[in-house]
Amino acid sequence: MKNIIENLNKAFDSRVRLGIMSMLLVNDEVDFNELKERLELTDGNLASHISALEKLEFITVFKEFVGKKTKTTYKVTATGKKEFNHHLRALEKLIAKK
Amino acid sequence: MKNNFPKNDPVQDIEYIKEMMEKSSRFISLSGLTGVFAGFFAIVGAIIAQLYLTSVGISYQDFANFVTESIPLKTIIILVADALVVALLSVMFGLFFTNRTAKKKGLKIWDKTSKRLLINLMIPLAAGGVFCLTLLYHNLFALVAPTTLIFYGFACFNAGKYTHDEVRYLGISEIALGLLGTLYLGYGFIIWIIGFGLLHILYGWLMYIKYEKGK
Repeated sequence: MKNIIENLNKAFDSRVRLGIMSMLLVNDEVDFNELKERLELTDGNLASHISALEKLEFITVFKEFVGKKTKTTYKVTATGKKEFNHHLRALEKLIAKK
Repeated sequence: MKNNFPKNDPVQDIEYIKEMMEKSSRFISLSGLTGVFAGFFAIVGAIIAQLYLTSVGISYQDFANFVTESIPLKTIIILVADALVVALLSVMFGLFFTNRTAKKKGLKIWDKTSKRLLINLMIPLAAGGVFCLTLLYHNLFALVAPTTLIFYGFACFNAGKYTHDEVRYLGISEIALGLLGTLYLGYGFIIWIIGFGLLHILYGWLMYIKYEKGK
């Protein structure tokens, strides 16, 4: 039991981060507003979770100009994908044990 | 000792991950009743077209034997108008039911997933439409019915990646039926009624039972 819990990644402790990662795993890229709307978050709340994931190098940020506005999109990195799948498997094992 | 890890229930976490993956990559508001009504209108439309052709003395079997050299423009216009009314009614009812489902789920009807669904549906469909016009232009009338099914099948197969899986299976069924129709050219109306009528009703009903009824 202890081993399984150790396999869970603390970075994915929060629902918001699970949501961000889930969306990035099934889409090539997702922009800030889409994440905000789908996860029903405030700008500040989303931004703090994003920067945490970015620091861990689970996601990468792309900024581009659309007209005069900047558009920020996010992609999952190979590390992020690996860690998330690892976490997912740990969750599944945890359920199987119950 | 304070046990603060794991904080969340793993079952709920997995449910949440699944839900977010689905909602952000697929258009899940598409109502199965769209298919049921589209199928019903298609059958009525096909019967009207058949009755009309009989009344002006044209039979589909003549197309198959390639004895029909040309169809009067008036006849083509009436047939196209019939098809457009069917398409319009299907889209209107489809939008109504789909909008209703989206509201129930608290989702938007017009977002990235529905846009992606439409683009993937429309490109093969538009190509098929143009191809059928060229068939009419060359007086290859018998090939029109199976061709519409084949291209519609491509469109559904392609778009099915971005909505419920049943749309993909509908696409495969339409392609198979259309190909069969190119072998048995005289059965254009029958394969049309099966393809646009019965298959729509069948898959629509399956979708309705699976995703909407009692939810």
